[in-house]
Amino acid sequence: MALSNNAPSYQVDEKAADRADYGRHQDGSRASWQSAVVSRITMILMALLFLLPLYWMILSSVKSDEELAQFPPTFWPETWDFSNYVDAVTAMPFLQFFANSAIITISVVVLAVLSNFIVAYGFACIDWPGRNKVFYLVIATLFLPFPVTLIPMFDMWARLGLVNTLFPLILPAMFASAFFTFLLRQFLLQIPIDMLNAARVDGATEWRILWKLVFPTARPALTAVAIFSAVGAWNDFMGPLIYLQDQRVQTLSIGLQTFRSVNAQDVSFNQLMAASVLVILPLVVLFFVFQRYFIRGITLGGFK
Amino acid sequence: MTGTTTTTTRDPGSDDRAVAPDPPPAAATGRKKLTKTQRRNLRLGLMFISPWILGLLVFVVYPVTYSIILSFTRYSGLLTPEWVGFQNYVSAFLDPLVSTAVGNTAFYAVLAVPIGLLVALVLALAMNRNVREVALFRTIFYMPSLIPAFAMSFIFIVFLNPQFGFFNQLIRPFGGADVNLLGDPTGIKIAIVLMAQLGAGNAALIFLAGLRNVPRTLYEAARVDGASRGRQFLSITLPLLSPVILFNLITGVSGALQVFTEAFIVTNGTGGPDSGALFYMMYLYRNAFGFAELGYASALAVLLFLVGMGLALLIFFLSRRFVNYDVNAA
Repeated sequence: MALSNNAPSYQVDEKAADRADYGRHQDGSRASWQSAVVSRITMILMALLFLLPLYWMILSSVKSDEELAQFPPTFWPETWDFSNYVDAVTAMPFLQFFANSAIITISVVVLAVLSNFIVAYGFACIDWPGRNKVFYLVIATLFLPFPVTLIPMFDMWARLGLVNTLFPLILPAMFASAFFTFLLRQFLLQIPIDMLNAARVDGATEWRILWKLVFPTARPALTAVAIFSAVGAWNDFMGPLIYLQDQRVQTLSIGLQTFRSVNAQDVSFNQLMAASVLVILPLVVLFFVFQRYFIRGITLGGFK
Repeated sequence: MTGTTTTTTRDPGSDDRAVAPDPPPAAATGRKKLTKTQRRNLRLGLMFISPWILGLLVFVVYPVTYSIILSFTRYSGLLTPEWVGFQNYVSAFLDPLVSTAVGNTAFYAVLAVPIGLLVALVLALAMNRNVREVALFRTIFYMPSLIPAFAMSFIFIVFLNPQFGFFNQLIRPFGGADVNLLGDPTGIKIAIVLMAQLGAGNAALIFLAGLRNVPRTLYEAARVDGASRGRQFLSITLPLLSPVILFNLITGVSGALQVFTEAFIVTNGTGGPDSGALFYMMYLYRNAFGFAELGYASALAVLLFLVGMGLALLIFFLSRRFVNYDVNAA
């Protein structure tokens, strides 16, 4: 079997193939219009439920202080007060925080996808003696409570002189995490070993197999890793709180605290919501763009 | 459908598969003796996982050793740690607040883990429908997971406000009295379970990636054989999803044992009414950073780690009969 014949054929126009699938069940049968209507209504109801917090967030972000205090609360703003957004970006150095968050997030995503993919390949696609016993160690680290490592880690970064730099938040992504390695391994284990062996017999190096054979198959799972690490890094609260005391290096997630600090019990809810809308906006756009990589997973043709 | 491939079940614990065609195992008499291929694979495997090994040493072995040593001391973070032997562990077993925290955490885990799996699976099935606007639905279902925990917690507090919260507006027409979920020791736990469900998008994405990996030809073949769609779900989807279910189960348990952020923000660190939302991690955090009892907190952390590990291993071994890694075996 030559590699070229073996690789899943992703050259096909996936969008066109998907379009032909609309309104069909997974088994290819056409959904009756009744079941299509029922499932559509169910999905819309679920969507409304999941949109509720977001709606409340946007709604509150355009309410004036007086309208926010009204009882019962209005479900549509009587007056649109965009001053909360102005306050949100002026109450903290918004652009600076945005840039810091972006640098951390982009670096973390690239490093996490690469390192976890390579490590998961080592655990799933190469059969070395003892690998499953070593893998139990990976699972074990999943259960490490974060305070166990907190104090020693801070001590270490402080001694390296890297507190108040972005490195304590970026560098750990180089070393693969238990959660992502476990996630990717579960997917890579489903690739038939015979397919990989056939490529090995043909003289393909592991590196080539990783990128040419395994990468296309792992794409939905790698997308999930990219999204999780992006959201995790962007919204990380504990990390910046501990390592970034200097305002010059702080991030947006910490900036949200600005609206609480005046009085710890109370928040300027409408301003907090306006700032939160701005904080999640890039994530929503990114997710919308990247979710399409969840299209076609394994096509069996690749494994024949 | 896959004429040439033989089925190989790969469950953790069996190391006995050779990679490429191997010379007859003449050399494989002693346990220590490895064939040439096995040695080559060992070298390659270790090379590929080397980033993880490095990370393990720096980010796990070093800090955990440090913490285990601290757990046998009395240490405030300033003065030199004072050796106290097993005293921290003895105190933990006698501490009534530890019992409360363990009870709360168990209550939370028993509710949140199964409900979370179910909600995530339903979401994933919805995210996997072949409708034109599926991108929109996926984004909407995932949206609450994008909201920072800090903002989400405050939205929830506003929703659950007993006088003018949205939740009470909703149940009032049905005769619901003004319920103050956050003011009741059981209610606040249920509220935090509910809140966690809005973040089910994460587990749902993992299920979705799993669903996308099920070869469609299997469904097509099942339809030819006249299998109903319910039957297809039970006989194709669920078995092929089993590795992903195991993953979500284990990470779900791990997450539930460490539930912290939302409860911490909602109760402002107090643990809520009658310590009803005092979860184990919160009590641990309070000892470490509130009371500066770093030795005691380290002992609590070591105990949590041991219990978590024990549960994980138990789930892993129980699941071996049910988890199927082989796409071709279905």
